[in-house]
Amino acid sequence: MLNCSGPIPCDSSFAPPEPDSSRNRCRPPAHGAVETLFPDHPDTPPGRGDSLLMHTDIQLDERGQLRHFLSVEQLPRELLVAILDNAERFTVVGERAVKKVPLARGKTVVNLFFEPSTRTRTTFELAAKRLSADVMNLNIEASATRKGESLADTLRTLEAMNTDMFVVRHQDSGAPEFIARQVAPDVSVINAGDGRHAHPTQAMLDMFTIRRHKPAFDTLCVAIVGDIAHSRVARSEIHALKILGVPEVRVVGPKTLLPVGLEALGVSVHHDLDEGIAGADVIIMLRLQQERMQSALLPSGHEYFHTYGLTPARLRRAARDAIVMHPGPINRGVEIDSAVADGSQSVILQQVTHGIAVRMAVMSMVLGSHAPGP
Amino acid sequence: MKIRLRGGRLIDPATGTDTIADLWIDGDRIAAVGRKPAGFGAPARDIDARERVVCPGFIEIGARLREPGAEHKASIASELVAAAAGGFTTVCCTPDTSPVIDTPAVVELINQRARGVRGARVRALGALTHGLGGEVLAEMHALKAIGCVGVTNAGRAIRDTNVLKNALAYASTLGLTVFLDAEDPWLGAQGVMHEGARSTRTGLPGIPGAAELIGLARDLVLVAETGARAHFRTLSCAGSVKYIRDARKAGLAVSADVGIAHLHLTDADVAAHDAACHVRPPLRATRDRDALRRALARGHLDMLSAHHEPHDADAKAAPFAASAPGISGLDSFLPLMLELVDAGAIDLGRAIAACALAPARLLDLDSGTLAVGAVADVTVFDPRHDWTLDATSMRSRGHNSPFFGQRLRGRVTQTLVGGRLVHDLDA
Repeated sequence: MLNCSGPIPCDSSFAPPEPDSSRNRCRPPAHGAVETLFPDHPDTPPGRGDSLLMHTDIQLDERGQLRHFLSVEQLPRELLVAILDNAERFTVVGERAVKKVPLARGKTVVNLFFEPSTRTRTTFELAAKRLSADVMNLNIEASATRKGESLADTLRTLEAMNTDMFVVRHQDSGAPEFIARQVAPDVSVINAGDGRHAHPTQAMLDMFTIRRHKPAFDTLCVAIVGDIAHSRVARSEIHALKILGVPEVRVVGPKTLLPVGLEALGVSVHHDLDEGIAGADVIIMLRLQQERMQSALLPSGHEYFHTYGLTPARLRRAARDAIVMHPGPINRGVEIDSAVADGSQSVILQQVTHGIAVRMAVMSMVLGSHAPGP
Repeated sequence: MKIRLRGGRLIDPATGTDTIADLWIDGDRIAAVGRKPAGFGAPARDIDARERVVCPGFIEIGARLREPGAEHKASIASELVAAAAGGFTTVCCTPDTSPVIDTPAVVELINQRARGVRGARVRALGALTHGLGGEVLAEMHALKAIGCVGVTNAGRAIRDTNVLKNALAYASTLGLTVFLDAEDPWLGAQGVMHEGARSTRTGLPGIPGAAELIGLARDLVLVAETGARAHFRTLSCAGSVKYIRDARKAGLAVSADVGIAHLHLTDADVAAHDAACHVRPPLRATRDRDALRRALARGHLDMLSAHHEPHDADAKAAPFAASAPGISGLDSFLPLMLELVDAGAIDLGRAIAACALAPARLLDLDSGTLAVGAVADVTVFDPRHDWTLDATSMRSRGHNSPFFGQRLRGRVTQTLVGGRLVHDLDA
């Protein structure tokens, strides 16, 4: 049963409005205008090769298994469910006295972080170690690229060390895909956040957290609140929620923090927090970056809290059993009141715990391993 | 040298010609169309143009030739040879070189590098402001005297409206055409692709269409104010067409072109963060592309440009936003143009007018036509020649093309520059 007010999109599938390439739109017909003055030749007209743009192919191998994990977009629903199911099994590992399984023994995982990160990098590191992989952490923002080395060159150097997997965080949208197209066939890439584009493991750990509390995705109303424009987390969450069949996904924020054309992603857009979270089962609060609190986007953190900050009073507008999520790190008193962040409806710390199991699941699937039985 | 181009389909928009006939060339001029002129004698060269189209040579009105300053990407010689192979007989180069073309010495250097090259001619566009800095006017009189066919700030925004107004007024005083890139410097300052649902999807910073419209509107007001002759380079938005039409109706001396890639590709092609599709102005929505096609077909936009920007491989071997914008456009220009003709988007005569006659008039060149007495800048192409754009076939040093690896139809077989055969595929 739906707890939500407001319209429910009749088509919850995630169909892009147009084909993903226009490059073949202008194929020459067999008999073109240029040829009218000349007798026709019997030869067949040249066909343009298929588009170079194969967005999803690179993520899946020929058997449809996950080879890289770059974006949730356009992945099949079964695959997302498989990630969640595998993660469910890996949570057991984390609760044992000996928190290790030998699934990735002898494999080398390189955490390639071009942007600072604490929790994402740490949970990826823990996940890899619990799979018995050897882990190397490279904070590139502080090293090679500062010396003018290109991304392609950094990559070649690291590949020469016989790495099996790169976990990549980069400030440029599309960087992990760029890397995935460069690496050798037996090397995998996992996106740990690229620009404003995608953060697929964060989205999956959020889906995992939601499923633990609200198993029926097809009855949910989810509200994502805050700086959608700069958020890779929000984008990946929207894709994941739509693929998993959530009928109502709302985004809430001021127009300066909402990118254009959001409706094309199958979400409803709200500018009023009270209206946007009314009846919602899940509220995902996004972090507001410090540098955006006082800028041409927003007048102040104080005013933002007044208009979009989640307080206990406002939370009462959501469903009675609504859960509150946040990808962290949280800004208390900016996007969220401490009473909410630390309150009974908050699942923010569970998200962190689940992050390890979900990343173990993704890594093991990508490495072609199998999750342990239940 | 006396040359006959035998039995080709002659298309000359200037004279309204579209017929199968011989073309006779004597020295650097066109001697006759159809029957051999009296006293011509035996041609030293008899070129079989049957089943081919013979038309005035194409003129590229704003290519980046990368020399001086970025010779690792391309050189004047390499690109002029590529231009000739692509059917271009004249290439205007932009002044954003290093050093900038803001002194006669740099123009002389370019002319010297072009000397002896078996390829297209080069004509320099001079800087509009000193060092393209947008603050101090360039020595436009000296640049005109050394042969610059126009002045431009080559995509570097002039933020100070007063400087732009004065630059336009000064260029107008000297009778120089100003080439403008319409883009508001603030909107989409960090942007790398068209702002819309697709930039939201890709997470790439967007450049809204408003950036072009506001830039265009501002520039047009100043053009009206100063009476300057202005040409807008590579417009990308549907909405820009109306601004240009209205300006023309108001009597302003304004023209505009569109890049060939912008008539084929859209922001959908950026969906996979394909750096080959990173270009400025950005590839926009399907409705923009379609509106630009119609505007070119109807003459509301005057010219078609290759918008040639060659790059080395490293410049594109990076994530989309970190890659350098630009498409190497000379080699694929003709087949892409013919594809539009075959798709019924534009008439062949109109297309040839847009890349030969119209730019010749803008630049005051005595080419761009096959009329008797005109300079013999002539392109011959086989509209049915199938070929693949690849490392072997591409003449430009820059292989940065979204069409790289694709089958194309239509190829230039001969190019004559001033009556000299500089490209001959049959040889």
